[in-house]
Amino acid sequence: MRPTRRIAPTAVIWLLIAFGYFFIPLIATFLFSLKSNQTGHCCTAANYSWVVHSSAFWHTLKISFLLAIETIVISLALFVPTIYWVHLRVPKLRPVIAFLALIPFVIPPIVMVVGLLQFFKGTPSWFYAQPWGFLAGAYVILAFPYMFFSLDAGFRSIDVHTLTEASQSLGARWGTTLVKVILPNIRSAALAGSFLTLAIVMGEFTIANLSAFNTFPIFIQYVNESQGFPAASLTLMSFAITWAAMLSLLVVGRKRGQRAAIVAGAR
Amino acid sequence: MSGRRRLPLAWIVTLPFFAYTLLFMFLPAGSVLIGAFEGKTHGYTISNVTTLFHHPYIDAFKTSIEISGTTALIGGAVGLAVAYAAIREGTPRWVRSALTTFSGVAANFGGIPLAFAFISTLGPLGIITVFGRSHGWDPTAHGFSLFSKTGVELAYMYFQLPLMILVISPAIDGLRKEWREASSNLGASQLQFWRYVGVPVLMPSLLGAIILLFGNAFAAYATAYSLTAGTVNIVPILIGAYYSGNVLNNPHLAQAMAFGMFAVLAVMMVFYIPLQRRAARWAK
Repeated sequence: MRPTRRIAPTAVIWLLIAFGYFFIPLIATFLFSLKSNQTGHCCTAANYSWVVHSSAFWHTLKISFLLAIETIVISLALFVPTIYWVHLRVPKLRPVIAFLALIPFVIPPIVMVVGLLQFFKGTPSWFYAQPWGFLAGAYVILAFPYMFFSLDAGFRSIDVHTLTEASQSLGARWGTTLVKVILPNIRSAALAGSFLTLAIVMGEFTIANLSAFNTFPIFIQYVNESQGFPAASLTLMSFAITWAAMLSLLVVGRKRGQRAAIVAGAR
Repeated sequence: MSGRRRLPLAWIVTLPFFAYTLLFMFLPAGSVLIGAFEGKTHGYTISNVTTLFHHPYIDAFKTSIEISGTTALIGGAVGLAVAYAAIREGTPRWVRSALTTFSGVAANFGGIPLAFAFISTLGPLGIITVFGRSHGWDPTAHGFSLFSKTGVELAYMYFQLPLMILVISPAIDGLRKEWREASSNLGASQLQFWRYVGVPVLMPSLLGAIILLFGNAFAAYATAYSLTAGTVNIVPILIGAYYSGNVLNNPHLAQAMAFGMFAVLAVMMVFYIPLQRRAARWAK
């Protein structure tokens, strides 16, 4: 076959279609965000200042961000010791844990929330009526696949046995070994899992809406319904948050050649 | 015997994880399963599940399956074409890495912001709608509405396409250059190469990816909810309507619908797993 150096015409057409489909909505949102909410004319930054001066914006953003931090802390506390121990002592359990961690990827959040609402109905209100209880508990489950596969890849790339033996022969206890020896070595994996979790929690709508918690995506939806043009600027800001999280993930993951992951939470 | 006594001790460290899984996954799943078969007042019944086969529930399942099927097939086909266009010889290398990076971000981009991006593009005041109208072609006059099933499908494509690109690219990499050279040395045409080598090798990955896309769209709630203000009749929105208003008078119906969704996805998984296994054969 003759080596083709130049780009094929059909390839150009397909790439242009994809480019148009992906970028036109973003450009349209940007143009919308510059229009005045009173006159509908271009160009003003008033929509951005409306968002920045909205107290509900900061309030819900704070709730979602703190929820993300809580979810990350709980997931790491749950997964780091478990995966460490599985790699060190009970490798037989690894497929079992991988399977369990994958389940939330397959189950739609809408099905999950029906079960959670039913099961936890009647539990104390400090848990059931608080985002820090019920919602965080659900989000840890949503984060399962991303945390597990990031951390598992991290643990596989280090020599758990040698590190542990070296640490213990120098007199370190389990806690010291885990925090001072193992954790620094899987830092980029833990960061990758954390960024993914951040992106999920900052965008999760389904569970928050059905369990009636006022998080950042709920606020965006409220603005969508009530304020035309400020919603565009808010939409772009929420993109920016997701994209920053995803791009940081790519930066952290590049070293280990990790492929981009797919978050299912937001849909 | 001593090995047997040490084993439970080694498992203890993993106990918190299993306890959490039990509490937040299996027991809630069990309560859906039981609730789906519970009567309105007492006792067990299959009437909730049989009600799903009647109007309007069966219509919701039909629409959900149609939307998921359409976006999976079209998204799959276009995603394959775009991924192949980026990977094939002649396309500069940076195109592929740019596309992969962008897809990684865009596949995660859905829900409320996505709905609004489409409203500003194709909504009644959207940029394209206004542009078309001022040039004598009004999409809404031709029966197009963004707040319909078609609109939802169009928006879903925004996360279906990148997912397809991410999932199918490794399989396209698996189409080795040597196979193509060998077939052309043996006198095969471009078409024959695809007919007898390319498509058969890609087929398991393609079908697997399409099932994955189906599940992806089937589970989606936020995008359709925000885009159509909850008016499109799909299963997740019907379930959601029960919790926000009191559209349904029987709480067990929502659980039965959740159970029904789970059943559809379980059938999909039954097809997916063997396909995945076959696809792995050609992976590099």
